[in-house]
Amino acid sequence: MKIAEDVSPTLSALDRPNSYIGRSVPRPNLQRLAQGRGQYVSDITLPRMGQVAFARSPHAHARIVAIDTVAAKKAPGVIAVVTGTELAQVMTPWVGVLTHLKGLKSAPQHAIAVERACWQGEAVCAVVARSRAEAEDAVELIEIAYEELPAVADPETALDAGTPLIHPELGDNLCFERKLDVGDVEKAFDSSDAVVETTFQFGRHTGVTMESRSIVADWNPAEQRMTVYQGTQAPHMMQNLFAKHLGLADAQVRVITKDVGGSFGIKVHAYADEMATVALSKLLRRPVKYVPDRIESFVTDIHARDHRIKAKIGVKNDGTITAFEIDDLTGVGPYSVYPRTSGIEANQVVSLVGGAYTCPNYRARARVVFQNKNVMSQYRAVGHPIATAVTEGLVELAAAKIGMDPLELRRRNLFPDDGYPAQSAAGLKFEKLSHHEALAHIDAMMNYAGLRAEQARLRKQGIYRGIGFASFIEVTNPSAAFYGVGGARITSQDGATIRLDAQGSIVVQTGVTEQGQGTEAVIAQVAASAFGVPLDKVRVILGDTDNTPLGGGTWASRAAGIGGEAAWQAGKALRANVLAVAGSILQAKPEDLDIRDGVVVDAGSGNERLPLHELARIAYFRPDTLPAGVQPELMATRHYVPRDWPFAFTNGIQASYLEIDTDTGFIKLLKHWCVEDCGTVINPQLVDEQIRGGVVQGIGAALFEHCLYDERGQLLNGNMADYLVPMAAEMPDIECGHVVSPTMDSELGAKGTGEAGTAGASGAVMNAINDALRPLGAAPLTDMPFTPGKILQALGKV
Amino acid sequence: MSAATTLDIALTVNGEPIQARVDARRSLVDFIREDLSLTGSHIGCEQGVCGACTMRVNDEIVRGCLTLAVQCDGATVETIEGLSDSGEVADLQEAFEQRNALQCGFCTPGVIAAAQDLLRRGGIPSRDQIRAHLSGNYCRCTGYHAIVDAIEAVANARVSTSR
Repeated sequence: MKIAEDVSPTLSALDRPNSYIGRSVPRPNLQRLAQGRGQYVSDITLPRMGQVAFARSPHAHARIVAIDTVAAKKAPGVIAVVTGTELAQVMTPWVGVLTHLKGLKSAPQHAIAVERACWQGEAVCAVVARSRAEAEDAVELIEIAYEELPAVADPETALDAGTPLIHPELGDNLCFERKLDVGDVEKAFDSSDAVVETTFQFGRHTGVTMESRSIVADWNPAEQRMTVYQGTQAPHMMQNLFAKHLGLADAQVRVITKDVGGSFGIKVHAYADEMATVALSKLLRRPVKYVPDRIESFVTDIHARDHRIKAKIGVKNDGTITAFEIDDLTGVGPYSVYPRTSGIEANQVVSLVGGAYTCPNYRARARVVFQNKNVMSQYRAVGHPIATAVTEGLVELAAAKIGMDPLELRRRNLFPDDGYPAQSAAGLKFEKLSHHEALAHIDAMMNYAGLRAEQARLRKQGIYRGIGFASFIEVTNPSAAFYGVGGARITSQDGATIRLDAQGSIVVQTGVTEQGQGTEAVIAQVAASAFGVPLDKVRVILGDTDNTPLGGGTWASRAAGIGGEAAWQAGKALRANVLAVAGSILQAKPEDLDIRDGVVVDAGSGNERLPLHELARIAYFRPDTLPAGVQPELMATRHYVPRDWPFAFTNGIQASYLEIDTDTGFIKLLKHWCVEDCGTVINPQLVDEQIRGGVVQGIGAALFEHCLYDERGQLLNGNMADYLVPMAAEMPDIECGHVVSPTMDSELGAKGTGEAGTAGASGAVMNAINDALRPLGAAPLTDMPFTPGKILQALGKV
Repeated sequence: MSAATTLDIALTVNGEPIQARVDARRSLVDFIREDLSLTGSHIGCEQGVCGACTMRVNDEIVRGCLTLAVQCDGATVETIEGLSDSGEVADLQEAFEQRNALQCGFCTPGVIAAAQDLLRRGGIPSRDQIRAHLSGNYCRCTGYHAIVDAIEAVANARVSTSR
């Protein structure tokens, strides 16, 4: 067994002999991936498989007048050409609403557009051919007559009386609205010594997973069963949705998820073209594969952000924050995305703004409006980067205004570390956070005072460096409060089944999934530790609805905290079962025995009594030698869902150090730090790498990523050359630190960490930019992404 | 468009002689993945930006999506499968595993091919040089820090063992 970096366990309760909790064990699937032996859905080929390509609307909004498929049907290799109307015979439409988001509305959406296309890129007709190239050739031969309709492309005017309605039956273009008014905001602003008001903009961007969404659907009419190979984060959710809209029982659908080439929240939604692929397989009675090309990905993968937030903070001269106020306007697509909706991000923004601070006065409004642009939904850190950048942007602007150090202002307002449980103005309930310890940690880790001195020294030489911070909170381990209560069949519980094989190894089946985060490693570590075997005696099975407990999958930073606890409990249960068998073989009390390193030992002395492979041999092949009435149960299942807290909040703080070239507007990121508290750290290396990857996605939002639309709803930069993502040369080294406040909701105590990096990075970078430019008298930059052009504009140079 | 012209090509892929008739428009990476079932080379952008299809042709790394299969008539092609089986990049793969320098792994075969291209030049590149050399390889998961660490570690190890 290779141990990359050994750290002793932090929790005595989990400090079992040969515990792997808290150890940086390499992931078991990495050699396979590094050697190019992974199996992504895009790699899968089945006998008789056809490949689909779609004719997609070139208009943001258009009536489909006529579709002529005659020439396309005659093209070489074509198996079928199918319109939306034809496909609607096998698949019902859906509406993306959740009942707990009061007032959220949307219109029925079809797998392929029927009568009307509502965004540029919506599929209008499908071609299935022997190869993708032949399918694309035939798509060129489909003649579609469109009558272009006016496009709603500006959120600011979407609700105006003169703006056309995208769905007249809904009455307006408002998808969702939420208001909140807590404390006495007016009085608080009046009593402030300084008030800062500004408008923040967050550009639309998207996930750009390296492997595009991919699916192979295989309807077997003889079995009346659909097998779907899909790169998804939530196989059981998709199983239910495929079944529901094809008129099948869940049991007739099996979703298999092998390697997934990146997800980040992109692959947790029901996409029209993937639903269409499954329906086409049913219609054509053969396997159908769909792998979007990159342009299709840009116009169909969910987009995120696109918020305009008017925001205000009040502060006293002693640094006390008196009130926060926000007014958020966000433009989504023409449909609320199914089944998680397009309302969650704005809802999160309202819930999270000001959430790190004790300030009791908070007023918020968020409006989500429909547009004729690509659909919008939950992408990594949903709402957090926006809420954090708004809050932390305001905090640093207020600090500058009253002349206080930005860390000092935070110290005076962050929830005190000894004051838990606590509740934010918006009503978020915190079990135990560690803002102040995290702040002290980052202060020391980055040598803040030294950096400030360096910054001042360099400014005299005309070198403009900035330091920016962002304290944040993160929603992890969601209970049913997220989706279940809103009527969606998206489970918040998860399960693990562990069995002892006949040679003393264990096999773990888990409902959480792997897209590279390290789920497989974490589940293996937890199961090995709870049961008592070396890691090389553990195999993990995930991503198969036929062979795993019904679970939620991996999203909202839930896999380690929820899936991990289920594996922990299952490991303990199997240990008890095995010790009962061992007790009868050894004529000992089970409670006097333990399993360590794959051997049954005396719990007190540690003396070896019986290797597991010998116990398994007896139990499986010579049960006749066991005492009468002893029936070994060598497989155990346990489930877990958080019950004491709706969410396990985590916290942390990030810092960015950067230099701005005031002649070109280019930003050089010098260093980035993140200290966060995800409770029990199961695998320190994996936690740090989640943070680092998340930070860089947040930096992408701050500096590069932007889906640019024109006023007619046309995406202008839907390819990887024109849509910029962070590249190796521009990214800084990222230092990570930790505070550990386990949740008492589970024995393991682990909270999530997958989104913390993304939650805080863009706000920290924004604050560093403004810190760098402040001595030059530039107006604060609040419009992400911060391109060189915007920097030069702020400096008055262009 | 269709009515594809086909051409006969002969080339060596991972040491194995291959003869094939291919469409003139077929890209090298489509040929490698679909005709030869070597699925370790991946397709990310099909316009030469992301580097997921990076492979070696006649000792130089190329974009498999910007190279046509017919251009490789007579060529020697090495994909991640060949580089792995020969053991040439075993130390890089080991370092990537130890450092968790990959998450979803989709970019990794291309990243390893690019890293090996840099390290074959000898010496110990600086972190900035490693980052610059990887500019044509997108990774959306790691944030690159761990990748730079892993390549740096292998560069150091190779130089110290060759001394």
